[in-house]
Amino acid sequence: MIGIVGYGAYLPRYRIKVDEIARQWGYDPDSVKKGLVLHEKTVPGLDEDTITISVEASKKALRRAQIDPKEIGAVYVGSESHPYAVKPTATIVIDALDIGPNVHVASYEFACKAGTEAMYNAYALVKADEMKYAMGIGADTSQGAPGDALEFAASAGGAAFIMGKEKVVAEILYTNSYTSDTPDFWRREGEYYPRHGGRFTGEPAYFKHILGAGMALLEKSKMKPEDFKYAVFHMPNGKFPQTAGRKLGFTKEQLEAGWIAPWMGNTYSGSSPMGLTAILDVAEPGELIFMVSFGSGAGSDGFIFRVTEEITNVRDRAEKLRTMLDNNKKYLTYGEYAKYRRKIIINE
Amino acid sequence: MIPSRYVREIPQRYRLEGGKCLKCGHINFPSRLICPECKSKEFEKTVLQDEGKLLTYTIIRVAAEKFSQETPFAVGIVELNDGVRVTCQIADAEEGDIQIGQRIKLVFRKIQEDGKAGILCYGYKGVIVG
Repeated sequence: MIGIVGYGAYLPRYRIKVDEIARQWGYDPDSVKKGLVLHEKTVPGLDEDTITISVEASKKALRRAQIDPKEIGAVYVGSESHPYAVKPTATIVIDALDIGPNVHVASYEFACKAGTEAMYNAYALVKADEMKYAMGIGADTSQGAPGDALEFAASAGGAAFIMGKEKVVAEILYTNSYTSDTPDFWRREGEYYPRHGGRFTGEPAYFKHILGAGMALLEKSKMKPEDFKYAVFHMPNGKFPQTAGRKLGFTKEQLEAGWIAPWMGNTYSGSSPMGLTAILDVAEPGELIFMVSFGSGAGSDGFIFRVTEEITNVRDRAEKLRTMLDNNKKYLTYGEYAKYRRKIIINE
Repeated sequence: MIPSRYVREIPQRYRLEGGKCLKCGHINFPSRLICPECKSKEFEKTVLQDEGKLLTYTIIRVAAEKFSQETPFAVGIVELNDGVRVTCQIADAEEGDIQIGQRIKLVFRKIQEDGKAGILCYGYKGVIVG
């Protein structure tokens, strides 16, 4: 049996409400909230970035797995906000967690699906018997240009998953990836903020790839939507995953546990992985989970997990996602948010 | 910060590694070559507990240039559960949030940036346990 042996998530305590951003730029807050199905989003502190988020999420994964960090043979971090352009994020993560130095690391980038790429490759290496454990992390301090629609959702957070063969909490039964050249959202080298194709990011990008990967995964597994207790899809806002789920044949109830975007925003590479941690926090042994990520550019990774008896032993060893999401919040004004996200030009 | 110095300090800053004197048991943090209590030179690695209580703190309102964007911020002395006292910034907290005696957990945060193009320096900061 191969799958997740430890998992963890982290999100900052700072929040900004959609109303506050909408008022700043002259939008009608109610129509924005209704259109995107978003209430608020997380904001990283001045001292938080993809590296610190990855370390904190990984600490929780290690606490749940209770393994020797030295037995982890690979650490991959997927993000589109790696703090260094040249120097892998995981070099710092592994030294912070006392993993390695006999460890393979890499930084992945594929817009919002870099986290599931990291998970996929960690799983593949364990499956190939190359190593006992491997860790895949998805984390971001997402960028959105001031006044752009992305700014309502671009948030911060991440999730880490240790893959292994012993004491598996969620077995990976099937995977499928679906990729094409679809320039719906991009950031050129040297540019600070990403650009996107507006409505083109919907049907030809998000929905085409999520549905493509999802339908192929159902076909491959010979399973039906009603076989699953839970489903989670990439959450660029609150609305898209609900629509994607409905189109694939999933009900609102199946999406509820992992549907965290309305109060968290879009944590880009951390989005569907964090939704998965919220599901693992409540899932029962034997239940099936359907997951499909999406990364602009574009592609989707799909996974089918079966939860094992081990989940009841590990999930209380670390803080759960909904606990972090619902408590200890501190709301920022737009001015404070602009400072925290370094959107203000200051003298060096 | 010079990269070579930064690398030397990684064990203490990232992983809270100290040196426990094999002769008298005193924990030195960061590690030392000679025990200040008994002058012994033999130590074993020990990893400090990452939780403790706040003994005292001060609010920094005028900071060095590298930290000027973060003012006002608190710097405190935390007595960890194993008795070792560390000085660190108290993150995610305003003056009104902080009280002596509060439970503190050490977390991994960015401490400073070496200018716009230099290395990023990470280490521990304290946060109030919710």
